[in-house]
Amino acid sequence: MTGCLMLAAINFHTLLFYLFAILACGFAVGVVVADNVVRMALYLVLSLGATAGLFFLAGAEFIGAMQLMIYVGGTLVLLVFGVMLTAQAPFVSIKTSPGDRVLAGVVAASLLALLLQAAFSVEAWRRPGVGEVGPPASTPVGMALVGVRVDEASEEAPPGVRSGYLLPFEIVSVHLLVVLVGAAYLARAKRRRTPRAIEVAASVDPAAETRRQARTAASALAAGGSR
Amino acid sequence: MSGMLGSTAAIVGPMFAATTADVSVTHYLVVGAILFTAGIVCMAVKRNALGVLMGIELVLNGANVNFVAFASPYLRGQGAPALGLDGQVIALFVILLAAAEAAVALAITLNFYNNHSTVDVDRADDLKG
Repeated sequence: MTGCLMLAAINFHTLLFYLFAILACGFAVGVVVADNVVRMALYLVLSLGATAGLFFLAGAEFIGAMQLMIYVGGTLVLLVFGVMLTAQAPFVSIKTSPGDRVLAGVVAASLLALLLQAAFSVEAWRRPGVGEVGPPASTPVGMALVGVRVDEASEEAPPGVRSGYLLPFEIVSVHLLVVLVGAAYLARAKRRRTPRAIEVAASVDPAAETRRQARTAASALAAGGSR
Repeated sequence: MSGMLGSTAAIVGPMFAATTADVSVTHYLVVGAILFTAGIVCMAVKRNALGVLMGIELVLNGANVNFVAFASPYLRGQGAPALGLDGQVIALFVILLAAAEAAVALAITLNFYNNHSTVDVDRADDLKG
């Protein structure tokens, strides 16, 4: 009977918030603590997924879905590919020196204290939410991205008056295109350059090699003398 | 027996009280602060270049938590200002730019690995004067 009463009194929004918050923070700390890069990638996936749950709880369904699709589904796959391509045995876990760890802990504690002090400093932020249930947020976000703010439309100001996010959207899309082309250019498989005939001749001719060394030594001497 | 029961109640009681209260913006700000700090430490401490990348992702994610919290209509207390839709759209842009940044940084890391046969950022000192 009391169990039923307790169950009825529990605010499940808050309970789920604490669940996802503990998961997100715990796995974020796990990313820092873990030395193995594969485990770090796994913890990062779990932390970002729990953060998507927090976004859902804050009423930002579209952002949560994008977080899952782009971050967890795209960026993390990219990172895991990087881990796989570079995971030679000595680099899977590169240890940090204990002194660096202690220093990082001190810096982290002071930074966290500063941020928490800022988070608790404004009284209006500490008031519990009034819990207005709005419509699902994906339509206003989509309309804002094409340049129409339906969320701030009213009788005296029709939706077209306030500018949306069409220009930032275009800038970001072109930026993404340029960046991905650049990344493909940077990471392309390089063809090994075939040495030209004169370099082959120089490398097989010992006399040419000694002449080159003598020239280098002479120029070094001349440089020293002029100084 | 009763002592154990009492201590259990002492632990469960505040937890139960915490789950009946409503979530405020500060709750989200605390989560964002922890994620941000973890990311900063990860960037500073890790010697693997991919670990540094993961730290950057954590930092951007912590900032996103703050944006979404300030944008949320659920969490806004009585009389508190809110970002509204702006916060959500900025969070979306941050996610996109994080994806772009991860692609470029991964390409640079692979290039570094091809040239130096290591991903240890302490070995990347070719530009040291």
